Amino acid sequence: MAAADELAFHEFEEASNLLAETPDAVTTSGSGQLTPQGHVAVAVDSGGSYGAEEEVEESDKTALLQEKQQPGFWTFGYYQSFFDVDTCQVLDRIKGSLLPRPGHNFVRHRLRNRPDLYGPFWICATLAFVLAVTGNLTLVLAQRRDPSIHYSPQFHKVTVAGVTIYCYVWLVPLALWGFLRWRKRVRERVGPYTFLETVCVYGYSLFVFIPTVVLWLIPVPWLQWLFGALALALSAASLVFALWPVVREDTRLVAAVLLSTVVLLHALLATGCKFYFFQPLPLEPLAPPPQATSLPLNLLPPPTPRSQVT
Amino acid sequence: MSDLQRLMMEPTDHHAQALFAGLSDISISQDIPVEGEITIPMRSHIREFDSSTLNESVQNTIMRDLKAVGKKFMHVLYPRKSNTLLRDWDLWGPLILCVTLALMLQRSSVDSEKDGGPQFAEVFVIVWFGAVTITLNSKLLGGNISFFQSLCVLGYCILPLTVAMLVCRLVLLAEQGPINFMVRLFVVIVMFTWSIVASTAFLADSQPPNRKALAIYPVFLFYFVISWMILTFTPQ
Repeated sequence: MAAADELAFHEFEEASNLLAETPDAVTTSGSGQLTPQGHVAVAVDSGGSYGAEEEVEESDKTALLQEKQQPGFWTFGYYQSFFDVDTCQVLDRIKGSLLPRPGHNFVRHRLRNRPDLYGPFWICATLAFVLAVTGNLTLVLAQRRDPSIHYSPQFHKVTVAGVTIYCYVWLVPLALWGFLRWRKRVRERVGPYTFLETVCVYGYSLFVFIPTVVLWLIPVPWLQWLFGALALALSAASLVFALWPVVREDTRLVAAVLLSTVVLLHALLATGCKFYFFQPLPLEPLAPPPQATSLPLNLLPPPTPRSQVT
Repeated sequence: MSDLQRLMMEPTDHHAQALFAGLSDISISQDIPVEGEITIPMRSHIREFDSSTLNESVQNTIMRDLKAVGKKFMHVLYPRKSNTLLRDWDLWGPLILCVTLALMLQRSSVDSEKDGGPQFAEVFVIVWFGAVTITLNSKLLGGNISFFQSLCVLGYCILPLTVAMLVCRLVLLAEQGPINFMVRLFVVIVMFTWSIVASTAFLADSQPPNRKALAIYPVFLFYFVISWMILTFTPQ
């Protein structure tokens, strides 16, 4: 029995040491979560009852950890903690958002409670610029088919794209986070996501639209709608799978309404971008009739509005 | 030294006078005269420097700054692993380049407000806020380059794209057509690659090794946007 007790004692000691050490790995990113600190508190309690000197050491260590991981929001270190990612981690998160799996929660498995701001910020910037550039390119293609279309760089679309995408990735997660926190009292088991984690989920889910927008250059309408639907399905699936564990404890009605609102907003963004930035091309260029050029242009009705009705 | 050793071995009071007498014997005042003013050499040097730049002609001042800017242009055009851009950073070069680029890219006032190319202010804002954003990004990722050094490097590496803009404007004076567009596309692509290579040569070393790609990608996006603005420029 003494041997078994000794074994049990050593196990708990190692486990409590490990638990006290893992906060180093989890919380120095400064995500400001409540749950890791909760784990640390539990470890101190269980470890402290097995030795007076260890209790003092571990409580000192956890006190230091808790002081270290909360730099004020006016310091540079606070913001640096949101960019504490490596290249391979960012690529891994992007892959996780591209291939959503029902069991795999994006936040718990990919982010591992360490959200970053690098991914959402630069994915949104890339998407905004790619939207404006490819939208302009479709105008170039349209002009080559129908020379009466006047080409212009349309620089204002960059501003519109940027403002739209950034507002979507910041305001919609804010509303979602607020709503989930308000419903927190209904859930016991799973805590809500922090605001940054919600922003991360939304930001990384927009990544699939970047290649889709480039593929929208192909001037075949049904193919464009197919690509759009695929991208929307992937993106909405990654959002829904990430939100499902938090929402499933709520009532059915609230869960259904919330998830359908999320998917609907996402679909609105996709179709809005498609219609605003990509005008439908005119039909196949008519064989350039020599007699058409002899007539002044303002006598002929412009061909483009009629061809847009497809 | 034997005197000293003898003195050390007899530490008694009645030898105090002898101690000092011995010291005067071995003092080195006879060899090197320890007299004169004690001035700090740097202070007098700086005072001379200040008065010289105040008294020099304006042409000298301007030429010195222009030569520094020109030297950095050479470093950008032939990127080598040198520290000149980083050590003696200045923001004159980026300002000159940005203003030149914005002046050439702005649309004329007769254009419609909605559909044209960027205005002067838009180009200016894109260049400077883009550079500031990239610098903040690289500092947040843990790079050890200072704020203004990074701004300096990013601004100076716009030089190849400004040259591309000049070439494009010249090419646009000829007749329009697909060959015209191909020439402009080729020039812009070459200069874009040159900009990226130059800025990477200066900036990549200051990043932690497992985050280099994260810091370089925004630079790529920045120069891509500027190249796109140059390529789509249409004179009215």
